[in-house]
Amino acid sequence: MSSTILTTIICLSLLAFLSAVILYFVAQKFKVYEDPRIDEVQALLPAANCGGCGFAGCRNLAEAIVNSDSFEGLNCPVGGAAVMEEIATILGRTAPVSDPKVAVLKCKGSPEHRPRTSVYDGAADCRIVNSLYIGETDCSYGCLGYGDCVKACTFDAIHIDALTGLPLISDEKCTSCGACVRACPRNLIELRKKAKKDRKIYVACSNCDKGGPARKACRVACIGCGKCQKVCSFDAISIVNNLAYIDAAKCTFCRKCVGECPTNAIIEINFPPAKPKAKSEAEAVQA
Amino acid sequence: MLKTFPTGGVHPPENKLTAGIPIEYLPVPEKVVIPMSQHIGAPANPLVAKGDNVKIGQLIAEGKGFVSANIHSPVSGKVSKIDTAADSSGLKQPAVFIDVEGDEWVEGIDRGKELVMDIKLSSEEIIKKCFESGIVGMGGATFPSHIKLNIPSGKKCDVLIINGVECEPYLTSDHRLMLEKGEEILVGVSILMKALKVEKAMIGIENNKPDAISHLTTLAASFAGISVHPLKVKYPQGAEKQLVKALVKREVPSGRLPIDVGTVVHNAGTAFAVYEAVQKNKPLIERVVTVSGKSLQKPGNYMVRIGTPLSWLLEAAGGIPADTGKIINGGPMMGKAVSNTDAPVVKGMSGIILIPASEAFREVISPCIRCAKCVSVCPLHLEPYLLMTLTEKGMFERAEAEKITDCMECGSCSYTCPAGRPLLDYIRLGKSTVIRLARQKVL
Amino acid sequence: MTNMLKVSPSPHIHGKESTRKLMLNVVIALIPALIVSVFYYGIGAIIVTAVSVLSCLLFEFLIQKYVLRKPISITDGSALVTGILLAFNLPSNIPVHIIVIGSFVAIVIAKMTFGGLGNNPFNPALVGRVFMLISFPVHMTTWPVPKGLGTGYLDAVTGATPLAILKGGLARGQSMSEIVGQLPTPAQMFLGNIGGSMGEVAAIALLIGFVWLLYKKVITWHIPVSVIGSIAIFTGILWLVNPEKNADPLFHILAGGVLLGAIYMATDYVTSPMVPKAMLLYGCGIGIITVVIRVYGAYPEGVSFAILIMNAFVPLMNAYIKPKRFGKEVKHG
Repeated sequence: MSSTILTTIICLSLLAFLSAVILYFVAQKFKVYEDPRIDEVQALLPAANCGGCGFAGCRNLAEAIVNSDSFEGLNCPVGGAAVMEEIATILGRTAPVSDPKVAVLKCKGSPEHRPRTSVYDGAADCRIVNSLYIGETDCSYGCLGYGDCVKACTFDAIHIDALTGLPLISDEKCTSCGACVRACPRNLIELRKKAKKDRKIYVACSNCDKGGPARKACRVACIGCGKCQKVCSFDAISIVNNLAYIDAAKCTFCRKCVGECPTNAIIEINFPPAKPKAKSEAEAVQA
Repeated sequence: MLKTFPTGGVHPPENKLTAGIPIEYLPVPEKVVIPMSQHIGAPANPLVAKGDNVKIGQLIAEGKGFVSANIHSPVSGKVSKIDTAADSSGLKQPAVFIDVEGDEWVEGIDRGKELVMDIKLSSEEIIKKCFESGIVGMGGATFPSHIKLNIPSGKKCDVLIINGVECEPYLTSDHRLMLEKGEEILVGVSILMKALKVEKAMIGIENNKPDAISHLTTLAASFAGISVHPLKVKYPQGAEKQLVKALVKREVPSGRLPIDVGTVVHNAGTAFAVYEAVQKNKPLIERVVTVSGKSLQKPGNYMVRIGTPLSWLLEAAGGIPADTGKIINGGPMMGKAVSNTDAPVVKGMSGIILIPASEAFREVISPCIRCAKCVSVCPLHLEPYLLMTLTEKGMFERAEAEKITDCMECGSCSYTCPAGRPLLDYIRLGKSTVIRLARQKVL
Repeated sequence: MTNMLKVSPSPHIHGKESTRKLMLNVVIALIPALIVSVFYYGIGAIIVTAVSVLSCLLFEFLIQKYVLRKPISITDGSALVTGILLAFNLPSNIPVHIIVIGSFVAIVIAKMTFGGLGNNPFNPALVGRVFMLISFPVHMTTWPVPKGLGTGYLDAVTGATPLAILKGGLARGQSMSEIVGQLPTPAQMFLGNIGGSMGEVAAIALLIGFVWLLYKKVITWHIPVSVIGSIAIFTGILWLVNPEKNADPLFHILAGGVLLGAIYMATDYVTSPMVPKAMLLYGCGIGIITVVIRVYGAYPEGVSFAILIMNAFVPLMNAYIKPKRFGKEVKHG
């Protein structure tokens, strides 16, 4: 071996050894003590760093959970009940009661129902359109269709339907993290309690104008007539500012309001076809 | 060597199609809609109710709070309702609806055409009169003028600057006012000088209005302290900070006002309104609106009462041409696109421009090639390409550090961008987000 | 009125500039130089340029269509300009397959992998050129001597470039007065009757292009003037100190790729700074590094490396060198 190579090996080895020693002492001196459980909890979380829990990232939530006594206000909607149970187990606490939710869009104003009255030509961003003017229709509350919610979703759960121009939310992929709710400049997306078989009943409208202008702008707008409220036997519907709202906690999915609504503003999703079929069969049997 | 601001600016085609058309007084429509917010600041409070009879010049709404303005009825008739009305963008705000009947004026208003030169009111009385008459900035900004005339303690004003620049393409209302009401404007300038207690006023006019420059220069010889200055034609020469820099070579600091460098700026049309208010006792009830466009049958500069529906104004101009693609409220660089042609004329509406469909399109967006042309045209020396990217990525803290809030939204950057990028769309969004976050003390 | 009104945020008008127009103006500015190199090098010049341009366009098309699946943008002119500038860095007798490899590196590796137009940190044509220089050193350092229009493509006669003559002579210990006789005169370099790559020949053709670019407001004066100025000053100092060991500044400016680099390569929008102050600093950096490589380094020519090295500093310059904001800061009291 030539002297150059030998010298090189010795010098580099010495340098490496010296660096190791220095780094060891520095690591010891400036060591930050962290509860090892934080790492364990963080490993259980989905690592999406989506902000759905209200914290900046999964590690921040892990820190908050380990450092607090209870699960009050601390929940990972993406991991859901399963992950929260696992975390509870390793921390020796009782798992929090969870309330799975799913995002729904409170607007069904497609071009078929809500005619376009102007053409928007600027940057394709809902916030920009919203701050510029009323939108391409006469409804100043309705969905603008430029996809700020799509851009915000980190779980690929929202896509704009090519036919209706409205966002479609996938029940399987939605983790109710709330990113789309925060992204929508018109606050059209709501996180509602998830029901069995992914069934939903809600008022698909956010228009607070009086009935006349609302209907003029969109055929399926809620006109605040109150018929749904009258027919509901569970006191689940309230009308505020000419707009009906169904409380998911009280709704029993009886579907009476859906049939009652004169503008079809209330929609039902994932239900079998409605009763009139059974009624006519019963009449046929009697006859 | 004509004065101008040293860096930035663009040269859009001037299209001053209506520069030679004298002001025409339009007849009063059958119904008017008077919005309660035609100025910067708190909306005015209506003082009338459904069924009330009103006369021309009567106070119908009172300015509320420190930054606000009065509103006067431009017509005589009966109030039909107080309801919400949509502005030219379709957004609703409270308004007074009046059915026009007759031509009855409030007593005390001098409707004669003779020039009244003698300024009888004192400084304080002038400022009070401006507030009472509902005078706001007529260049389009609609800032309540009386506030600018009250110099805050600790600050001094040594020169009044009058903005006769009208740098936006198509707009010619100030041009015609300076030509046809030149003496009245100069009296108005003298009134403003008295209110501000200054002895010097400089009127800046862009060099594409040589007739106005020579007319006012001739007239100004008989007025003490008023000088007329031609300026190089460059957009945005009419922007306050750029005008101050060009005329007196002072730079208004970031986040501050012209009074911080010893000057106050008023529009030439505002000076005219001040003349009418102080010398003729006539509150602000009408204004000159340029209606222009290449396909219009009868473009012109129309003196219209506030509250006139746009549709009435457009009918007078020969109706909306069939090939219209876009209607703009204001100039093509900073104006707002109209989606509701039933909207009323308001105090700040300097012009309505009708663009044919063949010219009303946005460029196809392509990637930023980092040519730095946006940086070179920005009059405030910002970096638009960077501000757009920061806004798109949600990096608002950095956007604030890059002075996004200094942006005056002149549009020079978007106008120039070879890649057709919607720079100003995003910068505007970033600006409003930064301001909102700063107010919430999050930033 | 039958059509719906269009609504968009202001401004509602747009100037006449477009990316394609800017690129086409660069191509027009390069036409005099192209004509001159055809005049001196014959058909080889056309073949090399054509192959370079076509392969650049082809690679951009293929990547955009099949790999990135983005809209095809080859008509914006940027690949065209890269193709021409890459060709101008090459000898006119270089084989086709090497040009294609160079175009591949320039477009696919130096531009598309970073995200396409506007995202590349390094000048694509120069990356291609340096790759070819290192991979095919013999081909990339045998330069044809101008023999006129009739010259065949691959049968050009080759000889050393002025810079190679200079470097070789100084390395052998000769003094400037001895070497000067072998070097072309400034007039010859100005008109282009010298050996070299296609783009580094006729100074006059390149300067005509410079004037066109300034007139059409494609570039500003800052980068070319600072590059050429700093080379002039630095070589001037060296020459004044020791005229026997250093060539004069005029030689340095006219020889090699200084003019091509200063006017067309360093001014590439994507890889140069955004603020005039930073552009001047950038140009000076290029000038100094070029001279250092030429005088103290192993290569006879240093412009391409200098530009690539300064490209690496551009993001830093953009982050820290800001335009002087309008209105000085006032502390809110």
